Amino acid sequence: MKVVVIGGGIVGNSLTGWLAELGVTDLVQLDKGPFPNPGGSTGHASNFIFPVDHSKEMTQLTLESMRQYRDAGTLHECGGIEVARTEERMEELRRRMASAKSWGIEGCRLVTPAEIKELVPFVDESILLGGFYTPSVAVVDSLRFGTLMREKAQALGAQVFANTEVTGIDVEDGRVRRVRTTRGDFEADTVVIACGVWSPRIARMAGASIPLTPAVHQMIDVGPVPRFLSSKTAVDFPIVRDMDTNMYERQDGQGLEVGSYAHRPILHEPDDIPSIEESALTPTELPFTQEDFELQLEHALQLVPEVLGDESVGIKYAINGLLSLTPDGLPLLGETPEVRGLWSAAAVWVKEGPGVGKSVAEWMVHGEPEIDLQSSDVARFYPEQRTPEHVKGRTSEGFNKTYGIVHPAEQWESNRGVRVSPFYEREKELGAVFYEAAAWERPHWYESNAPLVEEYGVNGREHEWDARWWSPIINAEHLAMRERAAMFDLTAFCVFDVVGPNALDAVQMLAARQMNVPTGRVVYTPVLAPGGGFKSDLTIMKMEDDRFRVVTGGAHGMADMKWFRDHCPDGTRIEDHTPSVCTVGIWGARARDVLASITGTDVSNEAFPFSTWQELDNGVIASRISYVGDLGWELYAPMERGAELWDALWEAGRPHGVVPAGIGVYGTTGRLEKAYRAFGAELDQDYDVVEADMAWWKVKAEDFVGKAAHVAAREREPAATLCTLTVDELSRTPLGREPIVRADGSPLVDAKGRRSYVTSAGMGPSLGKYILLSYLPPGEHGKLYVQYMEQLYPVTVDVVGSRPPFDPDNERIRS
Amino acid sequence: MRTLVCVKRVPMTGGKMVLTADGQALETKHLGFTISPHEECAVEEAVRIGGEVVVLTLGPAEAEEQLRDCMAIGADRGILLRTDEEWDAQSTAAAIVEAIRAEEPFDLILFGNESADAAGFQVGIRVAHALGLPVVTGLKKIEVGEGRVRCERDVGGARDVYEAPLPAVLTVLEGLNLPRYPSVPGRLRAKSKPLAVVESARPAQRLEKVRLVVPEGQGKQAEILEDAAQVVAVLQSLGVA
Repeated sequence: MKVVVIGGGIVGNSLTGWLAELGVTDLVQLDKGPFPNPGGSTGHASNFIFPVDHSKEMTQLTLESMRQYRDAGTLHECGGIEVARTEERMEELRRRMASAKSWGIEGCRLVTPAEIKELVPFVDESILLGGFYTPSVAVVDSLRFGTLMREKAQALGAQVFANTEVTGIDVEDGRVRRVRTTRGDFEADTVVIACGVWSPRIARMAGASIPLTPAVHQMIDVGPVPRFLSSKTAVDFPIVRDMDTNMYERQDGQGLEVGSYAHRPILHEPDDIPSIEESALTPTELPFTQEDFELQLEHALQLVPEVLGDESVGIKYAINGLLSLTPDGLPLLGETPEVRGLWSAAAVWVKEGPGVGKSVAEWMVHGEPEIDLQSSDVARFYPEQRTPEHVKGRTSEGFNKTYGIVHPAEQWESNRGVRVSPFYEREKELGAVFYEAAAWERPHWYESNAPLVEEYGVNGREHEWDARWWSPIINAEHLAMRERAAMFDLTAFCVFDVVGPNALDAVQMLAARQMNVPTGRVVYTPVLAPGGGFKSDLTIMKMEDDRFRVVTGGAHGMADMKWFRDHCPDGTRIEDHTPSVCTVGIWGARARDVLASITGTDVSNEAFPFSTWQELDNGVIASRISYVGDLGWELYAPMERGAELWDALWEAGRPHGVVPAGIGVYGTTGRLEKAYRAFGAELDQDYDVVEADMAWWKVKAEDFVGKAAHVAAREREPAATLCTLTVDELSRTPLGREPIVRADGSPLVDAKGRRSYVTSAGMGPSLGKYILLSYLPPGEHGKLYVQYMEQLYPVTVDVVGSRPPFDPDNERIRS
Repeated sequence: MRTLVCVKRVPMTGGKMVLTADGQALETKHLGFTISPHEECAVEEAVRIGGEVVVLTLGPAEAEEQLRDCMAIGADRGILLRTDEEWDAQSTAAAIVEAIRAEEPFDLILFGNESADAAGFQVGIRVAHALGLPVVTGLKKIEVGEGRVRCERDVGGARDVYEAPLPAVLTVLEGLNLPRYPSVPGRLRAKSKPLAVVESARPAQRLEKVRLVVPEGQGKQAEILEDAAQVVAVLQSLGVA
């Protein structure tokens, strides 16, 4: 491995250190600026870390980073408080308590205004309702840490060059070959772009895209603060995040830093950042725009009047600091899908830098990071999500969500309607409420089904938060599906073929289940990471001896396609059919009657059994599988024939009472009644097939990625097993990621140190119960509770393992 | 006591000057704006002297930002002589004189010794001449007494000491005092302080700017030496090792 790391900020330094640590000796690190501060975002970062986040992945990266900063002696624990000025924020802080417990962050507690005053005596507690105190909040020295990592790498043989600007990246046969610089050329088979706000520009040199935008974060430093003159450390007082005004206040020696995410989104172009020579400060410390900070000054003055109201305390430093924003707010990590050997380690903040450095290094060297980086995979974007319109729209919208109260189901408003199925106009007429999946518009429910709510006697939800981004119509559509049948728009699926004489070898190597099956079979299979966790789960249809069709969820489709492409033997290729194939699902008691009336093909159970596919006489490809636990098919048609298929089904369905149904049923109610697992919720790299209770009766003889780890997992007792729980009383409805606890509130921790949390939550309308899925350690199936909004709600463990609570013998799907 | 301080909005430059394509101005798309350090000291001095402090500038609408900055550290109100183009020193001085005559008389009129960009060293002197007021330039110390001002400037290793009757025009140098940073209350107060905007028509210019030229070698004044051998080589080339 011949590696060039471009970038000497927190990410490039951490990564270089870790690559050296993992044994990479042919290693070069470059930066166009001087060390230790080459002028990127690290140099002006406020350097504080609040560990609690609702995302498991981000929390794991942050905790790993804190561990590294601490071990290097570059972390100072000062505590931090997220304060609330509104009751709505207090609710959010209660949810943060749940996330803290789910991800194992100790010592967090809700504090009263008086306690806040005691911890941070210079705040005006009279404007606060309370706060969320995290004792482990810390300030780190990211430049010092970076220097230590760089020096470690140098000691292990890495070459490091400052003041070396990249002028080009050569790609041959789709693979990176060398980096051209002002210091000469560097041959490389692996190049990592860790260039922060400049990353898109560097990626473009190689023909790749890194969809981020530089954006302004305003910060001022005031001082000297009389109260801080006697401080013993740089930060004696906990950092305060004034969440409702999108601001923070933190001591910095004798000064106080005040930062804001409240101003209008101010985006820049990576090509339009000044050079080091042209910059008054550094290239990422742009001139402060006072007019954008006026309201923020007033807000800050309200919270810390003792400091900011003091006429002797001056504003000594004020910048528009550049940082990186991405369309979904998550980092951009991993090998780029466009160029083999070209990696991205971008859009990473100081709080995740060392963890990202370690994880990406592991990914490069071992093929798999210890922390699952599925949400941060740079390969996740579809072309429609890499456009400037998308990046600008989403980052502008996302910027003010930095400290926002974001509902787990909250939808984006910008750049919508980009990909629509052929049924879109029909769905609009039916009052579809569209959610977005992989840039596709997908109905989540249909307002035209509102009368079903009364017909089926469906209840609403009492609490606004529980009912936000939800409708009782979902449950009504579910019941109509079970009783009659429902049509689903599933066009957002990612559909691609593995084609070529060695296609079977390719799919065998990736699918954990046996793929040497007769043409016409459909196989649902886990796809494993080398360590035995889940890389994906998807269905593969054997079309012909040299052609297998992969159908996978839209959200993870691009990463799946890259994984398959990366493992294709010579002579085998990937054909992406996503843009040309649309999908309708029809499931329910009457699904066969409906399908039979639009085709002459025999669709009886005998002629068309479960887990098979056929091309119908009308040219539609029908696959008899189900994610909602009912009789039915996924129907695939060419895009241009989609409307025709929809209309035919709709007309044929009328006499049978067919309803359109949304993803609320497909993804939640129908799925959870059957305890079907979802990738990214139950299935990730942290849990194995045995723990998910998805192990089949025997392991195939052929080799496949993750086999050794899988075999080992089968031979030991699982440390936890995925269980189906139901909430005893339906007063509140947890929405997912809440901790499962004992009566005393103590968390369940398995032998691997993982805590039990709700992986998915949703109503089971046919069961009349609210369902939670969670991995529970053995012997912890007694009286348990879900912690939601700081209340404990009793739950019952209905099923240990994967046996479906609804139709446990699968009579419906096999009827 | 009523003091007028005249300031000029200028780009806050980095190391390397970049000109616009026509060579007529600095490229400022990445630059912030400020006033010169001399003028910062003038504003600070006026605020320390006390009484009413009026700050005046001739410049584009955006120069309100610099007036508000001055008001944030204590100036009471601002006058913006709004223009769309750059004016020569004669025209600038004439416009300022007209603005001063429209006001109640000032006891003291302060300028920076020279502007940070054009460095013409003219406007303050021209204003004093037009108003028939005494002028002292290049000052590092000012003491206002009853009807008089005592001021000092450095000349080599010595100091010139002047005394002038008020009203007077003074041009000052950085080092006169240590200007304060604006406080947050100061910033907030500045938002609502009075600001008069006067539209000013540009008179015929008697001085024409042909173009700007960045001096050769500018922007590459430092070289990074990467090892001790290079340091030794440099020292040897300088004849000190």
